[in-house]
Amino acid sequence: MSAVHRILLILSGLALVAVIFLPIWRIELDAAQYPEGLELQIYSNKLAGQVDIINGLNHYIGMKTLHAEDFIEFTVLPYIILFFALAFLFIGLLRNRKLLYGLFFCFLLFGIAALVDFYIWEYNYGHQLDPNAPIKVPGMSYQPPLIGYKQLLNFGAYSIPDIGGWIFILCGIILAYCTVREWQNNKTLKLKSYEKL
Amino acid sequence: MTFTKYILTSLMASAMLSTFHACKPKGAGSAVSGDAAEKVYVAPGKYDEFYNFVSGGFSGQLSVYGLPSGRLLRVIPVFSLDPEKGWGFSEETKPMLETSHGNVPWDDLHHVQLSKTDGNYDGRWVFVNANNTPRIARIDLTTFRTAEVLELPNSGGNHSSPYITENTEYVVAGTRFSVPLDGESGDVPINTFKKNFRGTLSFVSVSKDNGNMELAFQIETPGVNYDLSRAGKGTSHGWFFFSTYNTEQANTLLEVNASKNDKDFILAVNWKKAEEYLKAGRGRKVTGLKYAHNTYDEKSHTAKTTFNTETVVLKAEELEGLCYYIPCPKSPHGVDVDPTGEYIVGSGKLAAVIPVFSFAKMQKAIQEKQFEGKFGGIPIIKYESALYGEVQKPGLGPLHTEFDGKGNAITSFFVSSELVKWNIKDLKVLDRTPTFYSTGHLMIPGGDTKNPDGKYVIAYNKITKDRFLPTGPELAQSAQLFDISGDKMQLLLDFPTIGEPHYAQAIKAEKVKDKSVKIFKIEENTSPYVAKGDKDARVERKGNQIHVYLTSIRSHFMPDNIEGVQLGDEVYFHVTNIEQDWDMPHGFAVKGAKNGELLIMPGETQTLKWIPDRVGVFPFYCTDFCSALHQEMQGYIRISKKENNVPLIYSLGTNQPQEKTN
Ligand SMILES: [Cu+2]
Repeated sequence: MSAVHRILLILSGLALVAVIFLPIWRIELDAAQYPEGLELQIYSNKLAGQVDIINGLNHYIGMKTLHAEDFIEFTVLPYIILFFALAFLFIGLLRNRKLLYGLFFCFLLFGIAALVDFYIWEYNYGHQLDPNAPIKVPGMSYQPPLIGYKQLLNFGAYSIPDIGGWIFILCGIILAYCTVREWQNNKTLKLKSYEKL
Repeated sequence: MTFTKYILTSLMASAMLSTFHACKPKGAGSAVSGDAAEKVYVAPGKYDEFYNFVSGGFSGQLSVYGLPSGRLLRVIPVFSLDPEKGWGFSEETKPMLETSHGNVPWDDLHHVQLSKTDGNYDGRWVFVNANNTPRIARIDLTTFRTAEVLELPNSGGNHSSPYITENTEYVVAGTRFSVPLDGESGDVPINTFKKNFRGTLSFVSVSKDNGNMELAFQIETPGVNYDLSRAGKGTSHGWFFFSTYNTEQANTLLEVNASKNDKDFILAVNWKKAEEYLKAGRGRKVTGLKYAHNTYDEKSHTAKTTFNTETVVLKAEELEGLCYYIPCPKSPHGVDVDPTGEYIVGSGKLAAVIPVFSFAKMQKAIQEKQFEGKFGGIPIIKYESALYGEVQKPGLGPLHTEFDGKGNAITSFFVSSELVKWNIKDLKVLDRTPTFYSTGHLMIPGGDTKNPDGKYVIAYNKITKDRFLPTGPELAQSAQLFDISGDKMQLLLDFPTIGEPHYAQAIKAEKVKDKSVKIFKIEENTSPYVAKGDKDARVERKGNQIHVYLTSIRSHFMPDNIEGVQLGDEVYFHVTNIEQDWDMPHGFAVKGAKNGELLIMPGETQTLKWIPDRVGVFPFYCTDFCSALHQEMQGYIRISKKENNVPLIYSLGTNQPQEKTN
């Protein structure tokens, strides 16, 4: 394993530790009455931003109120991220190529699973509406976009990764890069030794 | 006469007539030049450059305008009831109107002073005076609310107030009407004015940390009328100047009897000397007084009144070096100090000149004892010894002077209805412009500080007449904004004001706007009647008092059905607005309340007392259109006869008791 890749993996591992304490995702809402905007931030272990105000507004359309304790994710996410952080460090120090391939696979799988989970979560909140809600618009659901912008009644919702999310994505890219380069290096090495034979 | 001749004659006649018309000077309309609109236009969504705090006169309130647009931003209730905001109607705000006379629901608010540090506005507080029942109030500029009101003993008509020193060490209050001092000895014949009536100057200290006011001491002087005052600054820091009239000491028909003397006085007070005398124990402790001190606490959202009973009085005529009179022509109204502190401008409202006094010359005259006698035991400095010079033929009826920071002064003229700009050094008139009509006070942003912002001047006019669409006999008074950045003053804008605007001040918006509070934090609410969430909402009986702890949030009250209240009960609605979102107040009103409404800010608790006068079911509702479901924000309270024994119950969302529903 090349020294550059090892350093990159170790640095990524350290950066992932920081992700535990940084906001990972954000949903920005704006409407005519909220020129200053409302913001929901998702950490690995909690919700932040103007959760109470958003909950207050959501009662009009019968959306369930958001409470961190309703999400099992918040109890396991910090450990999963910590696990990945340690794995990055460990593999960087151990220089084990096989394990590197394994980590890349797991990390990719986790990324996809997290997005799917987030989508389901948004779907449920957007669709499971209280039938007694004061405002009912036939056929209307309020699922925020997975990523990007969507107009929901009078609110525009903008969903994007936050600083922690961007670090996470960057770590993924670095991991992919290291994995591919190591795989290529290994192939040429094998080829060379084969030629020598 | 032939037909042609007839035509020619008529043509000539009409030509002459039109020439006569052209000779008549043009009216006010022509005074506005082309780019005025552009200079005052603040585009929608954009902010004004200045906050303008304008006294509300006999409305008892303080208004806040944006400059240069003239947009009304806020009316802050101070000395008068304000049903719109529940001021003086809620149990929490009632103590703010408390005085030694009881609850006084009105006053006459004349002057405005922004707090200063180093002679410049610091954007912390605004002080205002109550002219009728002597009081000083402090408004907090983080909340734009009245935070404190202090009553003044031994005073009548608090007019030369609330002028402040350059670091807000003191706010002063000079009594307009000299009166016998408070207490039983005040029962004297009115025609013993000269013997028994005294003029007091109150020095109120201001805490640097929290702005709290305290009557530090009073200076007792011969009985005259005190009109206005200004603190020295820079070189004259440590001195205070008060204009006086009625040095004739008349007690009847003052119009004639107080206008006899050629010169009245400006009283110069050395307040640093006063502090020395106090330290040396030369003050006289006066007890048996009663004056109210009202404070509003933003954590408990509750005002309280304490009554003070004593103060320390320094007698001017007995303490050498404390006070000096400077003669000033004809009933001086304004006494204004230039940005350097060296020049003191007296404006005799019946005088033909504006005298400008020199602080340095005055000091020299005191040292060399250039006195022309005494008045009531206080030395009078010779007019010429203190005089720097006179502005000749400035106009008629000078009242007030502000400074542009470029070496010029602008004086308002009531009688000739104009503003006149003159140079302080050579005392030459530079420019004059008519006002519509009869200006009282004028204001340059920072015009009484060490560093005025000489961009605009505003004339606050006493007469409005034809300036706006007529509204019957009663018209709004007007303010007029002029651009003074060039050599010529240029009229830009008229705007109507509330009550009668007297003095006003303006401060750069940056010094205030970012400190503005958006909500009160519900977790910091220490009101004994707070309900921090629906679980705290309840109804309790204490004897014949019913305490309803209501929460309000878009778009319901908790509880909204209340039964078991009996005729003869007193109901206290303690409403907590549990919103934590900016600009989300809720109101509260109940049918038949001989009281006002409540307007409750997010995180705040306010109480409305209601004494039901008949049996029945009474609706209550939110008065501030808060949301799409505002009209649904309502409730019912049932009032029963005592003997009906209806149990005390309350609910929200479910019917109580269950079995009795239909
Ligand atoms: Cu409401």
